[in-house]
Amino acid sequence: MKVKNRRMMTAPLAALLFLLVFPLFVSNDYYLHLMILALMWVMIGSAWNLLAGYTGQVSFGDAAFFGTGAYTAGLLVNHLGWSPWWGIPLGGVTAALLGLPFGWICFRLRGAYFALATLALNEIMRHIATIWESLTDGMVGIMILQTFYAPIDSPIGELSSKTPYYYIILFMAVFSVSTVIWVMNSKLGYYFLSIREDQDAAESLGINTHYYKMISLGIAAALTGLAGGFYMNYMGFIDPETVFSLHDISIMAILVGIVGGVGSVYGPAVGAFIMVMMQEAFRTGGFGLLDAFAEYTGSQFVATSASLITGAHVLGFGVLVVLVIRYMPNGVVGDWSRLMKFILGRFQRQV
Amino acid sequence: MDLFLQTLVSGFLKGGLYALIGMGMTLIMGVMGIINLAHGQIMMVGMYITYSLFALYGVDPYLSLFVSMPAIFVLGVTIQKYLLNPLLRAETILPENQVLMTVGVGMVLTEVMRFIFTSDYKSARTSYSNATFFLGEISFSVPLVIDLFIAIMMTVALFLFLVKTDTGKSIRATAQDKEAASLMGINAERITYITFGLGSALVAAAGTLLMPIFYLFPDIGGPFTRKAFVICVLGGLGSTVGAIFGGITLGLAEAFGATYVAMEFEDMIGLVMFILVLLFLPGGFKRITKI
Amino acid sequence: MSFFKIDNMVKHFGGLAAVNGVSFEVKKGQIFGLIGPNGSGKTTLFNLISGYFRPTSGSIHFKGKRIDQLKTHKIIHLGVGRTFQVVKPLKRMSVLDNVIAAAFSHAITKHHARDIAEETIEFCGLTDRIGDLAKNLTIGDRKRLEITRALATKPELLLLDETFAGLNPNELNDALDLIGKISGSGITIIIVEHIMKIIMSISDHIHAINFGQTIAEGTPKQVAADPHVIEAYLGDQELNA
Ligand SMILES: Nc1ncnc2c1ncn2[C@@H]1O[C@H](COP(=O)(O)OP(=O)(O)OP(=O)(O)O)[C@@H](O)[C@H]1O
Ligand SMILES: [Mg+2]
Repeated sequence: MKVKNRRMMTAPLAALLFLLVFPLFVSNDYYLHLMILALMWVMIGSAWNLLAGYTGQVSFGDAAFFGTGAYTAGLLVNHLGWSPWWGIPLGGVTAALLGLPFGWICFRLRGAYFALATLALNEIMRHIATIWESLTDGMVGIMILQTFYAPIDSPIGELSSKTPYYYIILFMAVFSVSTVIWVMNSKLGYYFLSIREDQDAAESLGINTHYYKMISLGIAAALTGLAGGFYMNYMGFIDPETVFSLHDISIMAILVGIVGGVGSVYGPAVGAFIMVMMQEAFRTGGFGLLDAFAEYTGSQFVATSASLITGAHVLGFGVLVVLVIRYMPNGVVGDWSRLMKFILGRFQRQV
Repeated sequence: MDLFLQTLVSGFLKGGLYALIGMGMTLIMGVMGIINLAHGQIMMVGMYITYSLFALYGVDPYLSLFVSMPAIFVLGVTIQKYLLNPLLRAETILPENQVLMTVGVGMVLTEVMRFIFTSDYKSARTSYSNATFFLGEISFSVPLVIDLFIAIMMTVALFLFLVKTDTGKSIRATAQDKEAASLMGINAERITYITFGLGSALVAAAGTLLMPIFYLFPDIGGPFTRKAFVICVLGGLGSTVGAIFGGITLGLAEAFGATYVAMEFEDMIGLVMFILVLLFLPGGFKRITKI
Repeated sequence: MSFFKIDNMVKHFGGLAAVNGVSFEVKKGQIFGLIGPNGSGKTTLFNLISGYFRPTSGSIHFKGKRIDQLKTHKIIHLGVGRTFQVVKPLKRMSVLDNVIAAAFSHAITKHHARDIAEETIEFCGLTDRIGDLAKNLTIGDRKRLEITRALATKPELLLLDETFAGLNPNELNDALDLIGKISGSGITIIIVEHIMKIIMSISDHIHAINFGQTIAEGTPKQVAADPHVIEAYLGDQELNA
């Protein structure tokens, strides 16, 4: 569990440096938006990984915590007139307050129950947000005024309105990853891993497995709720179908974890960037390249395939899930050496 | 009083189909020890097969059971053989990889169907779709009564299969103790194919039986997957008898919820029951029935 | 107040009475041998003592406190350590991390836990395996790791379940030495063992069960001569092994 290993620190530090200066060179709103989403997923993925990858308790319903955080922020504005920024810390708190009693109930049983219960919680929260119209406005959703919407003047010139959000979520992402590192180097980390490896053995070491599973869930839920609170601030609009979405949030969180590498500190961070880019590539037909290609060739066939591919982007996503789990179950970070061998092997054969 | 009886009857009729769905899921859970989160989606594919036969050739939905069940059996075997079993051999941190795979499979099935049939609502309206008969003041939907009848026959057939045939016995042995079963010379891989195929065929049957009265669109799978696991948790994971109880309980609970609470709560009732069972009867009805 | 006492312990699994009215007392500092043929209920007794099973009836007292309704981790904190017959290494953690996890039961800082762990590993002679992943250990080392981990929880009473099974003669001698050392450091031991020669030579006191019931109790000599014990083990070549 030596996370603080010098060689292992260089790549993350370089990445962090890159991320810190990124908005100074790229002021394009679209790219900033993608980066912001990716950083948000770093947060959610790291939280999911703490619970699933390190504690062995796989959540299929992260959206329950994400949505709770987001709705906390939105409701504070709509009903109490508070600043939405309070919604970030309080979103973390409410998500943890949801997660702890929930964990108390379902961690009493081992096996598939937790996974199923998280799925159920996800759906229950979505239903509540939809049905309780007097509180949440139901399907209409919640719209708030964003704090930053106009370009910002600065000594180095005009900055995109997304820049402050970028730095806030960058800070939050770094905070999440650091939290995970800190946790995994403490008593908690040893206890989480022991629970993942063997619950009976863990009990025999004096570990209160029920309690520590709850702690792990509490931390994960809180981090996910923070991300939800941020999402409300950043997007200015939420509704039950987006923030409590099983596919777009809960399954995405799992994918971020798996694609990057379950049970590795930086796995989810890598996974977040890959997944956001993948999703975007599917959604936009290779960032519009397909359309451009169709226009360039003037071929009807290419144009049709381009529109088919973008039309079936969820299908592409599903196929990706199947392929990743089938061929790269330990993710890019976990299966890195295998991946390199595979690619290099191909390359050498060609040469 | 009539309203009460009417609710009881319609809940029970629906419960019969739910039992079929739940038994398919619990069978898979018992043998493979995994939750199949593509269960409802597999059912949805079965429904599209039924729909296509009806729309293209005018085949009666009940007749198309003879096509949809074998077809979905093959689909189930394929999924187990080429997507799930290979995962057992890979060394990974998460034992849940198989469950995640079923999520991916569910997504792919849904999107492929959307690709072919679009998101529009489809239905197979037959002459008897809306037929009812009355006993006293209580109305019975004809197709639902036929459904219950077929569901009971299938349940009996399933139990005979599990108890009497060699394959059935092997399935039960594997569900009880995998290692012991393979020591007894049972080909565990083959049993997993058959079980997944069988579980899929059962849920496909339920879907086909629903076709005359229900409507169909690609996203219908998700809610049914959730119903399926609620049924299994109610019954106790892996318990076939429990699934029957669980199915009927869910059917009744939904019917009473819709009648006495509010229509829009129907979907949530199962989920709330799920949490209640976890709280007060962890282990489900299996705790009481012991099978 | 007795150090450790089991009274009229009964445990049913469905219709099967795995343990059926067993009572015994263990004195502080003893090596207490628990013997019985396969399936006689020894491991079940250990699981009852360490809180993995709830007794159907009967009571367990440790240092005057009733422990049979407590959760496992509570019992461990009271000072009962155990090993598993089917070893349960934390596979994808190193030997050191396995033991650190155990040491945290009496340490708050990682530094302190590490010190305890290294000391215990040294005591048990696993130092040259300290960085290996637990899944890569030989069966002998896995058994040793079980004991090391249990010791790192600083028990006053240690339950050893067939620590010698599957060891080669060299490992066997090492294990015997280790048990002598543990006992010498003042820890009370209840040991389950099939190899008669060993259990007879190291135990101060022996309790024999069959089909969940006591068949004999006394000094090793007395028990070895008991007709019930001889009958229970008749045909069991391990008696002569
Ligand atoms: N969890 C359980 N559920 C049902 N039966 C059990 C359980 N654990 C043990 N048994 C049964 O209780 C009886 C006693 O088993 P136990 O493991 O205590 O025997 P043992 O004396 O440790 O045997 P061995 O020398 O083989 O280790 C056996 O018949 C066993 O099958
Ligand atoms: Mg034993």
